[in-house]
Amino acid sequence: MELLWILIKILIVFAVVMFHVMYATYFERKVIGHMQVRMGPMRVGPHGILQPIADGLKLFFKEDIIPTVADRKVFYAAPLICLISALSAVAVVPFFEGFAIANINIGILYIFAMSSLASYGVVLAGWSSNSKYSFLGGLRSSAQVISYEVAMGLSLVGVMMLSGSLNLTDIVHAQMKSPFKIYLIPQIIGFFVFVIAMFAETNRTPFDLPEAESELVAGYCTEYSGMRFALFFMAEYIGMIVMSCLAVVCFLGGWSGPFDVPGIPFFWFLIKVYFFIFVYYWVRATLPRYRYDQLMALGWKVLIPLALLNIVLTGIIKSMFG
Amino acid sequence: MVQLLFFYFALVVIGLGLRIVTCKNPVHSVLLMLVLFFHMAGFYLLLNAEFLAAVQVIVYAGAILVLYLFVLFLVNLREEVKMSPFIEKGKWLGIVGAVALFITFLRGVMNFTLGPHGKYTIEKVQQLTHTKAMGEAIYTTYILPFEIAGILLLVAVIGGLALARKENKGA
Repeated sequence: MELLWILIKILIVFAVVMFHVMYATYFERKVIGHMQVRMGPMRVGPHGILQPIADGLKLFFKEDIIPTVADRKVFYAAPLICLISALSAVAVVPFFEGFAIANINIGILYIFAMSSLASYGVVLAGWSSNSKYSFLGGLRSSAQVISYEVAMGLSLVGVMMLSGSLNLTDIVHAQMKSPFKIYLIPQIIGFFVFVIAMFAETNRTPFDLPEAESELVAGYCTEYSGMRFALFFMAEYIGMIVMSCLAVVCFLGGWSGPFDVPGIPFFWFLIKVYFFIFVYYWVRATLPRYRYDQLMALGWKVLIPLALLNIVLTGIIKSMFG
Repeated sequence: MVQLLFFYFALVVIGLGLRIVTCKNPVHSVLLMLVLFFHMAGFYLLLNAEFLAAVQVIVYAGAILVLYLFVLFLVNLREEVKMSPFIEKGKWLGIVGAVALFITFLRGVMNFTLGPHGKYTIEKVQQLTHTKAMGEAIYTTYILPFEIAGILLLVAVIGGLALARKENKGA
């Protein structure tokens, strides 16, 4: 019986996440369109609302091309690794009081583990395609993800220290009891580091060097087409959603809000996640791309020392007042 | 159930281990090793050590194995390098050595007895959560070995830096 309930939960979350991925692409085009004084997609349905379905159908029926010199097994596996690792990270996110597919004690670490796996998909896709552009894209991505994962992990240590737990549900509960209600205020340095690392970890602008189209065609997914390309695309958007959820849970108080909305327990959670997704698009429409050495220097010389400083400060404050 | 899982993990780990060594393509070996690390994390989960399981995946699969991939890509080995054997008839020597080692291990395993139980029982670890239990043990009882391990790693880091740093006098 319990197993059945878990399966139903998985189906619900899967459907909701996939729906969000579909419309995340639509809103990205709309938001960036309006920021550049364009209309964005307008043709399919009213205001182009059915555009994601048209895109999906097109990608699904496109020819699946595999380069003759590609390493086939790895070429097939790479997009799946990306998608599966991104989707499995959703399993531990608490969407509202008492609703997470798996409420485990090491939720944060689990999300880290899954997001570090995603870099395998990218680097193996680059290698197996046997093409220069793909390979460079894959190498860039793995170096970037490893570097920023350190900063991201350290930036969350402050949150772990304040809440005394690695369980995402417990972290939200601890925030509700804390004086500011959210960890954004006492952990402002950690939040700053986390948000920058979040952009780098999901390979989004201004850190989208692995797929910098002006120099690498499309980076690691240059040789992919049709459905396999769509899998990478989905994995990227799911990654964005997961990172937004993590930011909301760890810094913005999860599902809690200024007042309760009756009947919709996940109201505030969704609002906050949508805000982060919007920030992703906003940044993409605003900032130019970093140079690769600037990216590495920022990660190792600015973010990691800042995150360490945050840990020390949090420790001092906690031992004085806690 | 637990025993069934254990046998599954054990079989997969041994099978994958053999496949990794015999695999001709080094990148495939690394991929199989990734799967192997996941199954090893499974062992930790069976032992109620969820923190170690997560760290196993983050550190070994997430960081160390990616560095292996980097090295492989930098030297760009598509196929295995073949070399003539170092010692003539080395194969037979190897087999004899392997059998001797196997017998030694077998004797060792057969003489294995469980040590006395410590103060951390399964119930206590579950109640404290594994992360906390391990932190307490490391930072109180085992603080000295922990610090020594830290110093060792620091020495290794400094050594690595000293080796990698280029002298650029007057450049």
